Amino acid sequence: MNNDWPLYEVFIRVKSGLSHRHAGSLHAADDQMALDHARDVYTRRNEGVSIWVVRSGHLVASDPAETDAFFEPARDKIYRHPTFYDLPDGVENI
Amino acid sequence: MDKNAALFPYVLRLADNALVISQRLIEIVTHGPELEEEMANANFSLDYLGQARLFYSLAGELEEQGRTEDDFAYLRDEQEFCNFLLNEQPNGHFGDTIARSVLFDEFYQLQLDALVKCNDERLASIAVRAAREIRYHRRHNTQWLIRLGDGTSESHVKAQEAIDRLWRFTGEMFEGDKVDDLMRDAFAGPNLASIRDAWLARVTAILKEATLDVPNNQWMDRGGRIGRHTEHFGPMIAEMQYLQRSYPGLNW
Repeated sequence: MNNDWPLYEVFIRVKSGLSHRHAGSLHAADDQMALDHARDVYTRRNEGVSIWVVRSGHLVASDPAETDAFFEPARDKIYRHPTFYDLPDGVENI
Repeated sequence: MDKNAALFPYVLRLADNALVISQRLIEIVTHGPELEEEMANANFSLDYLGQARLFYSLAGELEEQGRTEDDFAYLRDEQEFCNFLLNEQPNGHFGDTIARSVLFDEFYQLQLDALVKCNDERLASIAVRAAREIRYHRRHNTQWLIRLGDGTSESHVKAQEAIDRLWRFTGEMFEGDKVDDLMRDAFAGPNLASIRDAWLARVTAILKEATLDVPNNQWMDRGGRIGRHTEHFGPMIAEMQYLQRSYPGLNW
């Protein structure tokens, strides 16, 4: 039976104003059941105010084998951080 | 019977209905078809248990004999329980469990929605909380009944059998006695005649969507209100009560 039910990823918004965060995954036969199951499994201790579920198969993920090409080039681009720049005197509230 | 004499038995019946279905649902913990479904059922069971505790506490207050929730739950005999026969029916297969929940919860929701507007504040405030919980149970269980009824040919047959088997226990929910009459007239409580119509309309719509037939002309069983139970009830409360019976006064 388990093999028949697809895997879903669950995202929970802890409170309004925050973004949804990945909470875990579960098995369900259809989208509505996935939402119910997410409610019953992941929010029973008052963990959230909003739930997203999505079929795991529908997520497009980066390939760990390509980490070098994907993420390494950003390592030495320190000028992309605002802290790289010296602010002229007199600029406030930044 | 005066007005206040009706409130105690009425609240006690609400408590018994909630406790008995809670006990049934907790029996299937570790036997659920899926971990997620297991959690859902355990949550539902605990929702009912929480409601039962509130109702029993209120019943104890109304009775003024010093009985606690534990006295009501663990130290009464079979004939003193006045829950619906429907709620004590065994879990059977998963379709039986779902069908029982749908038939009861559709009634219970209508009853609670009416109690929210009754003129006893304590009862109304418990009903507000319970009504919210049951709304979710219904969503979950209705979807399941539709999935099973409109699923494979085997699940369809099993779901139909479950509905047919349990249908005869639904009649007594609407057969009010003096207590129900007083609740309606003196406390602006539920009107069972209009609840019957609303219940049948809702259940018919659910069964239709599940491609299931509404049973008709069935003989209706009765007896819950007066403590006359089906054969399944004794063994159920024996298990529920044995610890407190074997070790009176035992605490966590």
